[in-house]
Amino acid sequence: MLGFIIQRFIQAVGVMAVMSVIVFFGVYAIGNPIDIVIPPDATQEIRLEAIRRLGLDRPLYEQYFTFLANLLQGDLGRSFAYNMPVLELIGGRLPATLELVLISVISATVLGVGLGIYAGYRPDSWISKTIMAVSVLGFSVPSFWVGLILILFFAVHLGWLPAGGRGDTVMIWGVAWSFPTLNGLSHIALPAINLALFKLAMMIRLARAGTREIMLTDTIKFARAAGLSEPTILRRHLLKLISIPIITVFGLELGSTLAFAVVTETIFSWPGVGKLIIDSIAVLDRPVMVAYLILVAFLFVTINFVIDLVFALIDPRVRQGASA
Amino acid sequence: MTDPVLSVQNLKTHFFTRAGVIKAVDDVSFDLARGEIMGLVGESGSGKTVTGFSLLGLVDPPGRIVEGSVKLNGTELTTLSGAALRSRRGREISMIFQDPIATLNPLLTIGQQMHMAISAHDRLGKAAANARCAELLTQVGIPSAKARLRAYPHEFSGGMRQRVAIAIALLHRPAVLVADEPTTALDVSIQAQILLQMRELAAETGTAMIWISHDLAVVSSLATKLAVMYAGKIVEQGPTATLLRDPRHPYTAGLIASLPAMAKPGTPLTQIRGTTPSLLSLPVGCPFAPRCDRQTETCLEKPPLTMEGARGWRCFHPVGHSAGALA
Amino acid sequence: MSADPSRLSLFWAEYRQNKIAVLALIVVVVMILLALLAALISPQNPYDLANLSLRDSRRPPGFVGTGGYTHILGTDPQGRDLLSAIFYGLRISIQIGLAAGFVSLTIGTTLGILAAYIGGRVETLIMRLVDLQLSFPAILLALVIVALLGQGKAQLIGALVAAQYAYFARTAYGAAKAERGKDYIEAALAIPLSTRLVLWRHMLPNCTPPLIVVATVQIANSISLEATLSFLGLGLPVTEPSLGMLIANGFPYMMSGRYWISVYPGVALIILIVAINVVGDQVRDQFNPRLRR
Repeated sequence: MLGFIIQRFIQAVGVMAVMSVIVFFGVYAIGNPIDIVIPPDATQEIRLEAIRRLGLDRPLYEQYFTFLANLLQGDLGRSFAYNMPVLELIGGRLPATLELVLISVISATVLGVGLGIYAGYRPDSWISKTIMAVSVLGFSVPSFWVGLILILFFAVHLGWLPAGGRGDTVMIWGVAWSFPTLNGLSHIALPAINLALFKLAMMIRLARAGTREIMLTDTIKFARAAGLSEPTILRRHLLKLISIPIITVFGLELGSTLAFAVVTETIFSWPGVGKLIIDSIAVLDRPVMVAYLILVAFLFVTINFVIDLVFALIDPRVRQGASA
Repeated sequence: MTDPVLSVQNLKTHFFTRAGVIKAVDDVSFDLARGEIMGLVGESGSGKTVTGFSLLGLVDPPGRIVEGSVKLNGTELTTLSGAALRSRRGREISMIFQDPIATLNPLLTIGQQMHMAISAHDRLGKAAANARCAELLTQVGIPSAKARLRAYPHEFSGGMRQRVAIAIALLHRPAVLVADEPTTALDVSIQAQILLQMRELAAETGTAMIWISHDLAVVSSLATKLAVMYAGKIVEQGPTATLLRDPRHPYTAGLIASLPAMAKPGTPLTQIRGTTPSLLSLPVGCPFAPRCDRQTETCLEKPPLTMEGARGWRCFHPVGHSAGALA
Repeated sequence: MSADPSRLSLFWAEYRQNKIAVLALIVVVVMILLALLAALISPQNPYDLANLSLRDSRRPPGFVGTGGYTHILGTDPQGRDLLSAIFYGLRISIQIGLAAGFVSLTIGTTLGILAAYIGGRVETLIMRLVDLQLSFPAILLALVIVALLGQGKAQLIGALVAAQYAYFARTAYGAAKAERGKDYIEAALAIPLSTRLVLWRHMLPNCTPPLIVVATVQIANSISLEATLSFLGLGLPVTEPSLGMLIANGFPYMMSGRYWISVYPGVALIILIVAINVVGDQVRDQFNPRLRR
């Protein structure tokens, strides 16, 4: 098991390194970043000065190593547009995004798996058919459209929930979170629903398909033949067996949700990292773009690593590196 | 004989599909005595597996038992409620399946799965449960039973896995064990071991067994009684030795003749010509007629059951020296 | 490709049984027709700036504009007739969806089949790349590429293809790998048939069913993704408003009750995507051997 962890960890570090190179060269190699910082009527002298100060005249690979060294020390550069350290900038916005994403993902999974298992267990009941029909919608409708409709209906038409922004925050462990407050909850409700919808639909379909398939296997027949009660079978066989595909997709979709948070944050003016990146792309604020991508890569690699660990915990075949 | 432990009368299990009604089990009757091993033989699609499922009430929709009786230790199973039926499954009648990899949950230890089977019917403390599990594992021939309880299915070989499945099926000392092609997925050498093991177990525990198989050779070494199924009906049944030596139904005769052991070296293997009919479009009358060399116009009627002592067959022109034979 | 005529008619016979799927198919066909004939049936050409009058902007449905015709669905902030804009927008959405889908299909399938056929290091390399790509969310990838390459049709399609070819690659790989082991391929190779012939005539046709399923889903995804990118302002340039951009234009007006500017294009988009998905679902169910009773 330890060997497994170490092996996966080394892989993760390797991927991070590769990602950092790709991101850096991708972003820095294109276009001329100096044009944002310096007004177009500046003299050549000021331009050169600025270029030297920002280190933009150094060969690209040297810039990369400086970047890497800084990165490892936690210095992600300074945002061109906001003129503040990127780490601070991102760090300030990250909790908002994390909060939104985590609440969405957890509620989507719990609800989705529950509904999906029911739909798979009793596929012919009208409840199941309704669930499946609705899930098709959640799946196909682009999330920005759902956000729009949510605002239109709940905020404009009914006036129950606010149309944007983040609510009151509470400091926990030195970070500002908004979900513990009632006002915070009312603000987080719509964006969370918006973000969760796709994942919810996916989990429902996955859980349903998995349930239908698993319930037809010999494992379940054998358990029934041994006289096990249906609740026991569901609890100890189905849940365990279905957790493998669910967790796989959970991990994949976690990253996807992080990405879609970009859209949701834009629509609901949620002050998170997603909105930041859209704005940064628009003005070509490279340090922020690079830092964001590095962050995303890091989160990805971490998520994958954690998922691998979870698999090892659940599935003894993975743990022991055995071939079934 | 004394009261049979299992008595099946006129069992009919039909599947109601969009394409039509499939009469998978169409009027099947047999008795099973205590400790007796019966072989249920037939090609795929003959209805033998569905018969097994029907005995345990495990037929999945769109199929269900439409008619007939299954009496286990005197109790009628087909009319029992779900809970009552479940309390008998595993305790009085149990079943093992073809592929042990698919039967055992790869994510749970053997011990966990055995415990679940125990606690489905008994309340035993952990130590007592462990003891019973270890006892059964040893009985099926798995060494270091106690330690193996903590192992996972993938750590066992195919034959061992099947033994574990058998152990689970015998935990409550059921009166009847239905084995659906239990050795088909195993190596030939392991097959022999399992066969021996099963025979010993039947003798030791007094459990009656129904061995479902398409392989006549495998079954005949183990079973004292055979029932041959074709297109949902039992076309012949009787004591194994008698049946093999002197079959009545042409299908049985064909099966025996096509056994590789019966062939003379250097000559082509005998085959029954034609293929099994689709259950959606059965021939009128005797379902075997299109493939039979002995068929006549009479065979356009459904052949009735003819009994001769412990034997029975459904044929207008049976093989052998009984009345109505052609040759 | 050897499309057995009776297989196709069998497929259609079964498809016909699901009334909803048939309806969806009709919807898709209608939308494609609308898109193709956009220039002919639109009351107004939304790209022709000379036609637009700001006096007509943000008018509710039913308003009669300076052009003399009724704006059935109202107008947008630039004074464009919404109905016309929707038709043209549909055209762009479908165009891009099909283009991106087709290119992804070609690239992905080629990679997947090659990987399965050649095996060894090439296989590992290709599939590792594909896996990496699959775990990266499409929208992020598309965002980055558009950010780097700028805006425009080609760039957008490129971004969509980069985000989606991996699905095709993986599907084709899985199917090809299953086929590779089958005896008829070994037999064909033993004759010996040229590699190209074997791949084209034998492997490819048998890998087609799952690819069709993936294709329908991915076309819907492309349309959705393009709309999202346009909504964020990163899609096509303003001169060619796709449905996403129309929706984005109307977003600021939603709070003040002028909902139609966003809602109607949105409805058109939804209908298109849902219809494609329903068709895709039905196709998938029909091809899935495990669900066959």
